[in-house]
Amino acid sequence: MLGYYLRLAVKSLRRTPGLTALMVGAIACGIAACIVTLTVHHAMGRNPIWWKNNVLYAVTMDSWDPRRPYDPDRPTVAPSQLTYLDATYLYGSDIPQRKTLLAFVQGALAGAPGQSAPVWAMTRITTAGFFHMFDVPFEYGGPWSAAADQGPQPVIVLSHRENQRLYDGRNSVGRTILWNHLRFRIVGVLAHWDPRPRFYDLTGGGSGDFGGSARAFVPFRWGSMLHLFPIGSMSCWVAPGAPPLQTYRDLLASNCVWITMWVELPTAARRERFLDFVNAYWAQQHAAGRFQRPRNNHLWKVSQWLRLHRIVSNSSRLLLRIAFAFLAVCLINTVGILLAKFLRAAPLAGVRRALGARRGEIFAQHLVEVAVLALSGAILGLLLGIAGLAGVRALYAHSYSAYGKVAHFDLIGIAWALALAGVSTLLAGLYPAWRVGRTSPARYLKSQ
Amino acid sequence: MLRMQDISKIYRTDLIETHALRALSLEVRDGEFVAVSGPSGSGKTTFLNIAGLLETFDSGTYELDGRDVSRLSDDARSRIRNEKIGFIFQSFNLIPDLDIFDNVDVPLRYRRMKSPERRKRIESSLELVGLAARMKHLPAQLSGGQQQRVAIARAIAGDPALILADEPTGNLDSLMARQIMDLLEKINAMGTTVILVTHDPELARRAERNIHIVDGVVLDAPAQTPASQRQTAAHAPRAAE
Repeated sequence: MLGYYLRLAVKSLRRTPGLTALMVGAIACGIAACIVTLTVHHAMGRNPIWWKNNVLYAVTMDSWDPRRPYDPDRPTVAPSQLTYLDATYLYGSDIPQRKTLLAFVQGALAGAPGQSAPVWAMTRITTAGFFHMFDVPFEYGGPWSAAADQGPQPVIVLSHRENQRLYDGRNSVGRTILWNHLRFRIVGVLAHWDPRPRFYDLTGGGSGDFGGSARAFVPFRWGSMLHLFPIGSMSCWVAPGAPPLQTYRDLLASNCVWITMWVELPTAARRERFLDFVNAYWAQQHAAGRFQRPRNNHLWKVSQWLRLHRIVSNSSRLLLRIAFAFLAVCLINTVGILLAKFLRAAPLAGVRRALGARRGEIFAQHLVEVAVLALSGAILGLLLGIAGLAGVRALYAHSYSAYGKVAHFDLIGIAWALALAGVSTLLAGLYPAWRVGRTSPARYLKSQ
Repeated sequence: MLRMQDISKIYRTDLIETHALRALSLEVRDGEFVAVSGPSGSGKTTFLNIAGLLETFDSGTYELDGRDVSRLSDDARSRIRNEKIGFIFQSFNLIPDLDIFDNVDVPLRYRRMKSPERRKRIESSLELVGLAARMKHLPAQLSGGQQQRVAIARAIAGDPALILADEPTGNLDSLMARQIMDLLEKINAMGTTVILVTHDPELARRAERNIHIVDGVVLDAPAQTPASQRQTAAHAPRAAE
């Protein structure tokens, strides 16, 4: 019967082309609005390394000023970065399977063939674990060794983009390049890698979480070796009577938080052990006069980390609500039109009932018509949604807003569009189809 | 074929109650051709709707083809309508955007028949009413008489035991009306019971038996005329013309 119902649906929709266009258009507009906002929302909030969600943990401790919380709006939340003292101590633990420290410094790259002047390159100082923990893909070469972290050895990893810029995308592994006037050996070149949001370092805030990645990577200890002040996020507090921050040495001994720490703990037992280790360190420091705020040590999974940083902006949430409200308005209009159309054709349903159609069959026939309408609306909505996303990208092409960077259509978006159009329109069509299915067979036969 | 005993039907609104049928009792035997007449508002259509299981009734019992159908579910009534009853309406009630073939196909679809069987039945029904050459025409492309013949083809395609015709000639001129009556007689002669509601005394006379309904009750139900005599009687006036 499905084929028969489909044929009847197409005939019925073609009988009233104006109404059909109106309904398909209304559904498509609502769906398109939802696609655009859902895609942006989904891209902003998704976990780019979901397969390691239960093994990677960001480490936080509340080392902040005992007189006031780090974030007055969320007093129970500790700073998302660590001080140099705490980060380097915790990094010394051998409980995690892997571990890494992250910060940004400014670097100048020079000495590439044909390069006439040094270029500034935002450089991530980190450890070898970074590349392994976050499954960073390499185009050429690979990460530096753990031994290189200790030296530190003068080794550098270039981003795909930087290698493109300096070496025209050729294999530059083994070459040397000047980084901050020192000769570094290139050990690896990343393949294109741009996880969004940039889950491993969400301290950029706002668009920074979706912005460009580092252009170069060097071992973490080069920061302190060269006394390179971090760029990017750094928050400090000074205890009453303490001298102000003046030298790099002061920074290392200060209460400033500027290092993000991640650990890889593949089992619950290791996780417990590492948390015990952190708590023991906290207790020791507390006894020595630091950490005067309530104990607030946390290991955050990636998904929790994204939520903690409120990666999905309030404006995105608001837009999503508005889009769904718009879809609801479109569907309510569609329900009205469908109801009017179906009830106008109720005499025909009466004839079918007289000829032996059961209520369920009349209901199914009209529901199939609604489904055809939903599918048409979904396809048109998809096209409008793709156009809408292209519009968003064009609109924000020259701004730092995250919208322009995440407004890309993907399979999940298509699935959402189809599911949304199907479910919402079918739900909207249930009542009109049910109403016409209740048609009394005798009611219209005399008057038709 | 049909036995109604003390059937009552009351239409109720907030303000008034209308007694459409008052303890109506009637029996129609297999293969009979019965004409039902009566003034407007007498309950003829209500009777036909109840006979065709299009409406329920308030009290009484109704047996159709030996089965008590008084308290059946809506789905069961639909199934019996589809399998045992063919309807012919005054205003034809064809589906305007389906061609003739598909219109006749409608009741067969709901019987879940296989396509070859449906095609065979549709073609033979349209053959019987003389419209086999017009299968792909839309109803709007046919005259009133032709449309009613399509409706008859639709009614008989499922090979029902009972045909219920509600003023089938009401929208037709007298020539067309006679042709429709000829067809109904032909169908009846093949063994199908026919109940015809009509205002036209001339058409009513061609039936085997006349029933008069006034104020929801059967006034008289004259004795059955043998089919052979009825055929002669029915065709005699036309021969004289």
